[in-house]
Amino acid sequence: MTTTAIAGEGLSKRYQRGLAQSGLLRDKLAAAFRSPTKLFQRNRQEMFWALKGVSLEIKEGEVLGLIGRNGSGKTTLLKILSRITRPTEGWAEIHGRVGSLLEVGTGFHPELTGRENAFLSGAILGMTRQEISRKFDQIVAFAELEQFIDTPVKHYSSGMYVRLAFAVAAHLEPEILLVDEVLAVGDIRFQKKCLGKMGDVARAGRTVILVSHQLNQIRRLCNRVLWLDAGALRREGPTAVTVSAYEEEMGASRGDDEREVAGAAQFLRWQLTGKNRLEDHVLPGEGETSFSFVLRVNHPLFNVHHGIALYDQDRHLLWGNAADGLTLKPGLHELRYMLPALPLRPGVYSWRVSLFDGATRIDDWECTPPMHVVTVPVTHYRDEFAGFLNIPSRLEVVSIDS
Amino acid sequence: MRVFRRTATISLDVLCQMASVTSKPAAAPPLAEQSAAAAQVIRIEPPRGWFNLRLKELWDYRELLYFLVWRDVKIRYKQTAIGVVWVILQPLLTMLVFTLFFGKLAKLPSQGLPYQVFYFAAVVPWMYFSYSLVNATNIVVENQRVITKVYFPRLILPFSAVLSGLVDFSIGFIVLLIFTLSYGLRPGITVALLPLFLLLATLTALGVGLWLSALNALYRDVKYLIPFLTQFWMLASPVAYPSSMVPERFRWIYGLNPMAGVIEGFRWALTGHGQAPSSVLIASSSMVVLLVFGGLIFFNRMEGSIADRV
Repeated sequence: MTTTAIAGEGLSKRYQRGLAQSGLLRDKLAAAFRSPTKLFQRNRQEMFWALKGVSLEIKEGEVLGLIGRNGSGKTTLLKILSRITRPTEGWAEIHGRVGSLLEVGTGFHPELTGRENAFLSGAILGMTRQEISRKFDQIVAFAELEQFIDTPVKHYSSGMYVRLAFAVAAHLEPEILLVDEVLAVGDIRFQKKCLGKMGDVARAGRTVILVSHQLNQIRRLCNRVLWLDAGALRREGPTAVTVSAYEEEMGASRGDDEREVAGAAQFLRWQLTGKNRLEDHVLPGEGETSFSFVLRVNHPLFNVHHGIALYDQDRHLLWGNAADGLTLKPGLHELRYMLPALPLRPGVYSWRVSLFDGATRIDDWECTPPMHVVTVPVTHYRDEFAGFLNIPSRLEVVSIDS
Repeated sequence: MRVFRRTATISLDVLCQMASVTSKPAAAPPLAEQSAAAAQVIRIEPPRGWFNLRLKELWDYRELLYFLVWRDVKIRYKQTAIGVVWVILQPLLTMLVFTLFFGKLAKLPSQGLPYQVFYFAAVVPWMYFSYSLVNATNIVVENQRVITKVYFPRLILPFSAVLSGLVDFSIGFIVLLIFTLSYGLRPGITVALLPLFLLLATLTALGVGLWLSALNALYRDVKYLIPFLTQFWMLASPVAYPSSMVPERFRWIYGLNPMAGVIEGFRWALTGHGQAPSSVLIASSSMVVLLVFGGLIFFNRMEGSIADRV
């Protein structure tokens, strides 16, 4: 059976607000002078919990993603697990050698050469001298810095710097790897290489905890996701579902509960139909997609106009269509749609359907729940370059000289 | 529409269960070292206890200690134009200033030694000590970036700070040795005791450095205190004058300053002039033990909050 790599119970971390600024002894002395007894009391108001009562269990070989808003406690949790900071309450047990990558180039010094920095950074990250010597050629080759390895890194371009730094980190071979958003740097081709290396790590059966805002990256690498919200565990579960729920919440600032009710007709619900669906509102594939909208008609309608639109999380209109001259008797109707393909990237999308009589609106519904698409992403590995469509592609390079 | 929302939650939960049933566990071929490391369990807890000095952990990380010392030395020489020359020039110039003002002008006694040798023999260990002290005080703050990004026993930092000064010291000591010989002085068997005094200086710098580096991380005021402290400390040590100038009945109090024993002893061991600082040495050594022990406890106690406070 798989064994536990990390177990944690009730992990909490309390920080003092504005601690960094009031590090002057003067302030302490002044405060002590004003009210000597206060010196020994903790000011409750200045305390806040960055993490509160988080318990977790991670199995060996599992790749766990940590998601959540900024300030939700992801980094604090990672710092506790990597022993950078101690929890205020709770405990955790780590089984195995831990390597943490909270930034790229930890311990680099600009005056030292690439070679010297590789050894230094490797040692700081927890490698032995022997280990670094043994992997040194690999590291240099991975960083593609053969000619510059004896140049001080202050003369490196930022790309070269990051390549070397990541190459060192990538050759760390702990049983448990804690990674914080470090891949969000460097040029794209190198990132791809790093991501590949990370994938190797995951496949090698190593336990990984990855913090990232790049949900695409989380989807690609993680088996399971923890969603932290305001220092507490909000939800945990398989990647596709948890990430979708998170995305839904992130986009759920628009209120749709106060919809105007009761006119001549009203859309009641929608759902996916046919084979390509995992749940009523979860779309697993890019192929043929059918869905339907249930409409209740209260009064007879003649020659009305129906519109449909598909939006993504950021309110980009992805697809729209319309139909004119519909005649509807009172009662329940189903508007059935069939698309030969709906190649969407994983994420949360929403349908919008409307019914107009001339210029008069009968109903205009922002469909709830939203549609969760849990396809396997086949586009660019960075969200901002991946575009809207999830279409597999093949590249051929053919020489057309003469 | 609330009804729909609820259905959504339920259906997602169902999906969760479905997915957890269908997703196959990640294949985990055992790593080569895994069996050996499987025994290693790290327990993470809130800081507690005062008397865990965690010296074993320091030993486990000795390679990192080596790298930090190596880095410190390397960078120091790389950043300056004349590099190593400074290491010789600094004590040499200080010695000349002392010789001129304390010796030729103030005519302080020098235990029958030429002023140059008398001062040089004190300035070399003193400079090692003051450099180490300043370095140790600043090292935690200087490494705040690393401290907040990766774990290693923080205790390594002050240790590396006092060790890296030894390279400068060695160079200075060679010059001192040549200098002493060139004045026709022939060091006796007492030279064998020099490492002892050096160790005492290292431990003093470490002991005080442990306190100050942790305090400096918490209160930056320490930075402003340091120049004053080293200056005062030098005057309270027999660098510019022999300790024989201190009245006999105050000698034991004077000896509570570990550097008094170190400087006096160093000079004596090298040149054979002056007295063996026996009584002073006992007081100094006891003081050093207290400083280092207390410093270790204090530093370890503060370690938990250092990463949060730097």
